[in-house]
Amino acid sequence: MQKRHFIDRAIKWLFFGAAATSVLVLLGIFGMLLFNGVKAFAHISLAEFFFTSNWNPSAYGEPSYGILAMLASTFLVTLGAMLLAVPLGVGAATYLAQVATEKTRLILKPVIELLAAIPSVVVGFIGIVMVGPFIARVFGLSNGLTALNGAILLAVMSLPTIITVAEDAIRSVPNSFKEASYSLGANQWTTLIKVVLPAAYSGIIAAIILGMGRAIGETMTVLMATGNALAMPRGFFDPVRTMTATIAIELGEVPYGTTHYYSLFAVGALLFLISLVVNLLAENLAGRYRYKL
Amino acid sequence: MKTKLAVRDLHLHYGTKEVLKGINLDIPENNIVALIGPSGCGKSTLLRAMNRMHDLNPEAKVKGKILLDDDDIYAPGKDVVAVRRKIGMVFQKPNPFPKSIFDNIAYGLKIAGENDKHKLHAIVERTLRSSYLWEEVKDDLDKSALSLSGGQQQRLCIARAVAVQPEVLLMDEPCSALDPISTAKIEALMLELKKEYTIVIVTHNMQQAQRVADLTAFMYFGEVIEFAPTRQLFDAPQMELTANYLNGNFG
Repeated sequence: MQKRHFIDRAIKWLFFGAAATSVLVLLGIFGMLLFNGVKAFAHISLAEFFFTSNWNPSAYGEPSYGILAMLASTFLVTLGAMLLAVPLGVGAATYLAQVATEKTRLILKPVIELLAAIPSVVVGFIGIVMVGPFIARVFGLSNGLTALNGAILLAVMSLPTIITVAEDAIRSVPNSFKEASYSLGANQWTTLIKVVLPAAYSGIIAAIILGMGRAIGETMTVLMATGNALAMPRGFFDPVRTMTATIAIELGEVPYGTTHYYSLFAVGALLFLISLVVNLLAENLAGRYRYKL
Repeated sequence: MKTKLAVRDLHLHYGTKEVLKGINLDIPENNIVALIGPSGCGKSTLLRAMNRMHDLNPEAKVKGKILLDDDDIYAPGKDVVAVRRKIGMVFQKPNPFPKSIFDNIAYGLKIAGENDKHKLHAIVERTLRSSYLWEEVKDDLDKSALSLSGGQQQRLCIARAVAVQPEVLLMDEPCSALDPISTAKIEALMLELKKEYTIVIVTHNMQQAQRVADLTAFMYFGEVIEFAPTRQLFDAPQMELTANYLNGNFG
């Protein structure tokens, strides 16, 4: 009897430990980023870091540490990805949840989820050899590795997230809303647009934000496919270098303990904060969309 | 008395299972007709057939006719939307849209193309007054309909159905989720509404059928066993099956 009691308690603590570990890892990562990142500001002013666009930490004499250009690049690529992925993703989710027959849905859904299984390096590869050259030809550019290229690839990568979560939200709209709408003389499309989608609104927003989080944090694809130019982008046809790509490119070669080294941690901490806010927002909205029946 | 809705030899299959086995029923204008019978006897199925709600279910196959003013609502090429505009429905559980009280009532009017703000306001007020809800919600028209109590929600759903001015109102156990006071309010509302509309109600509540219905149909295993004036059906049922059911021998 004593022994069984002991095993019960041991198992409880074992699982608690497993859960606590992931929380500790999260806190550890954030603490480490913040701890190192803050050191950068011993030599860089906050104003320079956040409000100037010249990033040239290894310049001889006067290095510069402005992240505005890469912040704008991250923003631009993410925005482009969302402009493409949101209509496509929400449209696909609506089709799967409301229009498709059960048979079609059972085939399409796993296939769409499979999109998420493509390694990002493969997506980047496709960007270099196919999508980039295609963009260059269509728009008459000398180089197709642009913000647009990254946006298209990130759109594809965030589609599975958007479709899965949005479909779930749309499907969870109670049938009784639809019946009420039909009984008032609405047709299928009116019902969809005026009743079903508005009822699933917060879930769809959550889906979009989660997809956005995926796009903001993605590194390998944008590193490979967007040209990595360290300048303020003027539009989608410019090559860009995002925050993620900058960290990936530079952190491997930067001398330990320098201002440059710490400044990359500061970029990482900022990126982490952005992702955190995006995810918390999505979580908060997603919890609200379920209707009690 | 003029027949508003006539069911003629109506059969309905779910897959291979026959749920309605040749229903015939004449529903007179400005009457309340109650459909009673044990669970699974097909009364809700019959009610939903009356405004073609089964169209949404690919499993359901309907044969036979339902005539609204001598016009078959199942005729080939018949516009379902037009049918449903004339035959409104109130469901078992109150199902207001997650929109404001105003928008719930205005929904049916807006999708029918009514966009004049003043007109909408006038109709919303008139409809809410006629369902005795106006005094309770007149200051909260912009509040979510989901903030209302269950009984208020159901009266809102009735108002929503009435707002588009149908000719027939179908009610599927509209009070089964409500307390006695809300139920009494809805029954009073039904008696008021029958002056303008023809009402068919499915109910499990024998007292309710006797309180509101002019005619009552007793259904059993997909058939109408007996259809008679309510008093007569309850006091002197002609069929043994009806008598057994009313005496609580099964159900």
